[in-house]
Amino acid sequence: MLTHLPILQVILPLVAAPSCLFLQKSRLSWAFTLLVSLAAFVVSALLLQQVMSEGSIRYSLGGWDAPWGIEYRIDVLNAWVLFIVTGVSTAVIAAARASVESELGASRQTIFYTLYLLCFSGLLGIVATGDVFNVFVFLEISSLSTYALIAMGRDRRALWSAFQYLVLGTIGATFILIGIGFLYMMTGTLNMLDLAERLPAVESSTAVLAAFAFILVGICLKLALFPLHLWLPNAYSSAPSIVTAFLAATATKVALYLLVRFTVTVFGIDFSLSALPLQSLFILLGLAGVFVGSAVAIYQSNIKRMFAYSSVAQIGYMIVGIGISTVAGLQATLLHLFNHALMKAALFLALAGLVLRAGGCALEDFRGLGRRMPWTMGAIAVAGASLVGMPLTAGFISKWHLIAAAIDSGFWILALLIVAGSLLSAVYVWRLIDAAYLQGPDKSLPEQGRNEAPLGILIPTWGLVLANLYFGVETSLPVTVTQAASAYLLGGAP
Amino acid sequence: MLLSALYNYWVVVLLMMTGLYMVIAQGNLIKKIIGLNVFQTSVFIFYISVGKVTGGSAPILSQLATVYSNPLPHVLILTAIVVGIATTALALALVLRIRQSYGSVEEQDILTRDSQC
Repeated sequence: MLTHLPILQVILPLVAAPSCLFLQKSRLSWAFTLLVSLAAFVVSALLLQQVMSEGSIRYSLGGWDAPWGIEYRIDVLNAWVLFIVTGVSTAVIAAARASVESELGASRQTIFYTLYLLCFSGLLGIVATGDVFNVFVFLEISSLSTYALIAMGRDRRALWSAFQYLVLGTIGATFILIGIGFLYMMTGTLNMLDLAERLPAVESSTAVLAAFAFILVGICLKLALFPLHLWLPNAYSSAPSIVTAFLAATATKVALYLLVRFTVTVFGIDFSLSALPLQSLFILLGLAGVFVGSAVAIYQSNIKRMFAYSSVAQIGYMIVGIGISTVAGLQATLLHLFNHALMKAALFLALAGLVLRAGGCALEDFRGLGRRMPWTMGAIAVAGASLVGMPLTAGFISKWHLIAAAIDSGFWILALLIVAGSLLSAVYVWRLIDAAYLQGPDKSLPEQGRNEAPLGILIPTWGLVLANLYFGVETSLPVTVTQAASAYLLGGAP
Repeated sequence: MLLSALYNYWVVVLLMMTGLYMVIAQGNLIKKIIGLNVFQTSVFIFYISVGKVTGGSAPILSQLATVYSNPLPHVLILTAIVVGIATTALALALVLRIRQSYGSVEEQDILTRDSQC
C-alpha cells in the first residue's frame, strides 16, 4: 500500500470525479469531495514524511520501467507542493458548502464538485509526474475544468473571463506542447531525468533553445507573470468565491513548480542561466509585477479584484527569488509559495463569507464591517497583515528570507525595492482596515445588526489564519523542508 | 534543397502563424476559435513530421520492412487531438452562453456592453 502512494495521490480524485456525478444529493457530493480531498492530504503528508526520511521515490506506472513506461518521481520539491495543494484544497472544500449553495443554486452543485475534483486531480498530476508529456495532459485536465469552473460565476462577465482565459491558456499549453516536441526530437525521450541527462550533449543546438523559449513562455502564461497576467484579474474576480480561493492558492503555485522543475531539473540551472539572460529577466519582470500589481490593486473598488492584482504582485516576489538563483533565493521562493497559499486562501475564504452575507465585496460593503462581522473582518485583518509581511506572521518569514537572499548575493537595491513593494501592499490592505474599523456604517442604509458568516466558513478560514500565525513563529517545518528542497535542486548539501 | 526537404516544417510554421494571427486579430469569437484550431493543428503536423523516418514503413511488424517510422509521436498527438476537441467543444459552449447573455459574439460589442453597466 505504502509503495503505491505516488499514484494513489492522483488516481483518488480522478476516479472520484465521475463517481461524484452519481451522487445526486448536493450535500452528499460535498461530503464526498471533502473526504477525497482529506484522503489526498493524508497521502501527501505520508509522502512528504517518507521523502524527508528516505529520499526520492521512483514509481513506475503498471510496472513498466522508466524509458518505456511513465515514471512518477517524488522528491522533496514535489512532496512539498503536493502537501500545500492538498492541504489548502481540504480547507477550501470544508468551507465550500454554504457559499456554493448560495452562489450556484441547487441544480449545478454536483457538477461543480465533479469539476472541482477533476481540476484537483489535474493539479496533483502535474506535480507528481516525471514525464513531460504527462505534464501537458494533466495541465489540460486542470485547465479545461478551471475554465468551466470560472464560467459558473454569477455574473455574465464570468463567461467572457472564462473565454479569454481559455484562449490564452490554450495558447500557453500549446506552446508547452511545441517545446516538448522539440525536446523529444532532440533527445528521443520524455522522461524528465533522462532529458536532464541527454540535454547537455545537444544543448548548443537551436532546437533546444527554441524548446526552452516555448516552454518558458507557455509556463509564464499559466503563471500570470507580468506582463502575461492579463487573464488573471478577470478570471479571479468573476469566478465563484470558492473557486477563486482554490485557484489563487493552488493553480499559480503549481505553474510556479513547473517553472522551477523545467528550469532547474530538466534544462539544468547552468543552461537556463546561460541560454537566456534569465537572471536579470526574472528579477526585472518579477519586480515589475510587484510594483504594477500593487499599484493597480490600490485603485480597485472590487476587493476580489484587488486581491487578484495582489496575487500578480506576490507571484512577482516568487519569480524574483528564482531570479536570484542561489540556494537561499530558491528557498525563499518555496517558502513564499507555502505562505502565500496560506494567506490568499484565508483572504478569499473570508471574502466568500462576506459575499454570502453582504451580497458583494465592493469597498462600500466593508464600511462598519468590524462591528457587523467581527470574526470575518478579523480574519481579513490578520491575513492582510501576513500579506504585508508584518513580524509574527508567516508573510514576514518569507519576505525576510527573500531579502536576506538578495543581500547575500549583493543585490542591495533589490532588497530595498522588496521592502518598498511591501509598503505598497500595506496601502491597499489599510484601505480595508480603515473602512471596516474607522469609518462608521453607511448612514443612508438602514441599520444592520450583527450578521456573522456561518461557522462552516469561519472555522476553515480561522484555521488558515491560525496557520499563518503559527508558521510566523514556529518556522521549523517549512524552513527545513524548503532548505532541503532547494539544496537538493541546486546540487548543494542534501 | 533545404526548403524542399523540410517543406512540411515550413507548412507547420505557416499554419502556426496564421492561426495565432487569427486569434489575435479577429474580433469574432467563432473566428478566434477557428484560429485556435488552426494553431493546434499545426502542432499536430509538427509531431507527425518528427515521427517520420525517411524510407520507413508503417510501424507494423512485417517481413518486407526493415525501417519503421516512430509510432510514439503519433500516439502522443492522438492524445493532443482529443484535448483539442475538448477545448473546442468547451469554447463553443461558452460562446453559445455568451451569445445568450450578451446577444452578440463580437468582442467589441461585449466590451462596450460590459463597460455600460
